[in-house]
Amino acid sequence: MGMPAAEIEAMILAAFPDAAVEIRDLAGDGDHYAARVVSSAFAGLSRVRQHQAVYAALKGKMGTDLHALQLETAVPSGDHE
Amino acid sequence: MSDSQALIAELVNANEVVLFMKGTPLFPQCGFSSRAITILERLGANFETVDVLQDPEIRQGIKEYSDWPTVPQLYVKGEFVGGSDIMMEMFESGELQQLLGADSGLPA
Repeated sequence: MGMPAAEIEAMILAAFPDAAVEIRDLAGDGDHYAARVVSSAFAGLSRVRQHQAVYAALKGKMGTDLHALQLETAVPSGDHE
Repeated sequence: MSDSQALIAELVNANEVVLFMKGTPLFPQCGFSSRAITILERLGANFETVDVLQDPEIRQGIKEYSDWPTVPQLYVKGEFVGGSDIMMEMFESGELQQLLGADSGLPA
C-alpha cells in the first residue's frame, strides 16, 4: 500500500486550487507522510472541519491506501478573521 | 442507527473524556495513538480508552460516527475533538488544557 507524494498533492490541489501544499515523506516508505495545507478555503472552519475537508479531497484513500498522514491546515496569513 | 453506532454513542456519552485508540495506554499499537496518550497523561487528565483493535465493528464504526477516517479519536463531553494532530496543536496552544477543565489543574 501507500501512494506517491505527488498523487497526494495533486488530489489536494484538485479540491483546493489556491492551496500551498507541502508534503514530507516521514519514513521514506511512501506510506507515512506529513502534509501542511494552507488555503483560504479553510477560513472560518474549525480544525476538525478543515481536516475533514482535506480527507474528503483524498476521496477515501486516507485510512486505506494511505496509512499515516500527519496533517496541519491553516488559512494564509493576513487572511485570518 | 446500527448496533455499533449505538454502542459508540453510549461509550462517548458515558465517559467525559474517552480516547478511541489502537492498543492500550501501556501498549499503544501505533505511533499516533501513543502520541495521543502522551498528551493526555502529560495533562494529568482522567480518561477512558477503547481499543479498536479488539472489535472490528467499533474499528469501522468509529470512522463513520465522526466522519473521520483515522484512529486515535478524542471525545470530550460527548463531542468529537479530533485526532492526534489536532490534539497536539490544541495542547501546544493551551486549548486542550482549557477543554479538559478544572480536573487538569496541573501546570502544563
